[in-house]
Amino acid sequence: MARMKFLCDEERCIECNACVTACKNEHEVPWGVNRRRVVTMDDGLPGEKSISVACMHCTDAPCQAVCPVDCFYTTDDGVVLHDKDMCIGCGYCLYACPFGAPQYPQEGAFGARGKMDKCTFCGGGPEEDHSHEELEKYGRNRLAEGKLPLCAEMCSTKALIAGDGDIVSDLFRNRVIRRQGRQETWGWDTAYQD
Amino acid sequence: MTLSKRKKMMSLTGILMLLAIFLLPMTGYISTGFANENEQQAKITNPKSDYWRLVRGNEKGYSAVKGRETNELIQGSGQNWRALRNGPVATYGSWMIGLTLAVLALFYLWRGKVELTHPRTGETVERWSVKERRIHWVTAILFIILAVTGMSLLYGRLVLIPVFGHHGFSAYAEIAKWAHNLLGPLFMVGLLSMIINWFKYNYLNKIDLQWFKDFGGMIGDKHPSAEKLNGGEKMWFWSLTVIGIALCLTGLVLDFPNFDQEREVIQISHLTHVITALVLTSFALGHIYIGTIGTEGALEGMVTGKVDTAWAEQHHDLWMKELRQSEDSKSG
Repeated sequence: MARMKFLCDEERCIECNACVTACKNEHEVPWGVNRRRVVTMDDGLPGEKSISVACMHCTDAPCQAVCPVDCFYTTDDGVVLHDKDMCIGCGYCLYACPFGAPQYPQEGAFGARGKMDKCTFCGGGPEEDHSHEELEKYGRNRLAEGKLPLCAEMCSTKALIAGDGDIVSDLFRNRVIRRQGRQETWGWDTAYQD
Repeated sequence: MTLSKRKKMMSLTGILMLLAIFLLPMTGYISTGFANENEQQAKITNPKSDYWRLVRGNEKGYSAVKGRETNELIQGSGQNWRALRNGPVATYGSWMIGLTLAVLALFYLWRGKVELTHPRTGETVERWSVKERRIHWVTAILFIILAVTGMSLLYGRLVLIPVFGHHGFSAYAEIAKWAHNLLGPLFMVGLLSMIINWFKYNYLNKIDLQWFKDFGGMIGDKHPSAEKLNGGEKMWFWSLTVIGIALCLTGLVLDFPNFDQEREVIQISHLTHVITALVLTSFALGHIYIGTIGTEGALEGMVTGKVDTAWAEQHHDLWMKELRQSEDSKSG
């Protein structure tokens, strides 16, 4: 079985936000909910870098650990999914997640949280594959069609790679060896002169 | 060579050697110079490492996706929150509640009910007015609902899911969450009116110290003096005031996400909320025990508002004396 992983190559990401837009469109997520976002540091300065981030589908997922109703599960592919029928919108997964992945549609007054929504690695939810309920609640299930997440497919510079962890790291390692430009050996500039 | 000449040579070489020791290491400056040119070069860093340095330092960047903390790539304190909530807070919290229950049960088996030492006189005096009783019971019922629903969120996954199943517990937890969020602010109103109304009875003094030294008459045969409220009741009042207000304020932070409070504030508030709630719950168990099965005649004071004079004489002698005096002065 594969172990699905995301990788964002900061040397390539140009902050075009195509991944964000592709995801929003593919899953028709509600207004205010963004399953993916791009974060730029030193914006507008020399050395500006960006990374696209969504749910990272952690092995020991913090959201899963703190959920009071235990609505999360990890698929055989290592994708962390949740059951929206069980979610009570308490917000605990948001408190625990380091990546800010859990999203809440606002439901009712004073910012009351609705059912949590997050990146599914384009893997749908617990409902039957390609069913109307699955589409409504979790968006499209591309994994069941044999396809990979659309954000990575759409990435114009192929900065964002998604798929089986072994293949993703092979791709990235090859890229690092071949590419020109700034060396990847961190600290060597400072440490060595020959 | 004469001896004096050799001595002179030796001291000269010594001085030369010392000079060399101090000066030779400084020859490095001949090749590098004293200028700051090299420091300028050292400032050119790897942007990739800069990125991660900023991210791990919780620096905020820019994101086209607007919203609360969307420009923060990684927020690390959630890991601490998770570890503390799932670990020590949940573990020691359950120990505290469990031990309180066990101690109360054992105490009841050993001491039994604190009974009236003198037979009832049949004559009653008013202890709590209708208004006071209304505040007490509204706040008390809200406290119990909030304690049960709140603990369901902390321990339900461990205790209730095996009983009701995932979907059954989730249906209950949804209602519990809403009840907790809606009734919480009401409890705060009840607690504040309790603090305002009973503040005047709760100044601590030496009588209360003696009351505690005699274990409030619960252990042994002593009948320590007490005013309208005894030392124990006063301590319960001050716990509710201090811990209760912390509980309410942190509850408000959690209840209203529309003010865009950041996750770190929420995490700290949540932990404070859970700890204060568990402490107050175990205190409340003690209060409920003493007010019901622990003391004969205590509950009727808060239910009917009136207590028997025999009870008042035994438990709150100074208050009774005061009542008698004011009555005498009225009639006289």
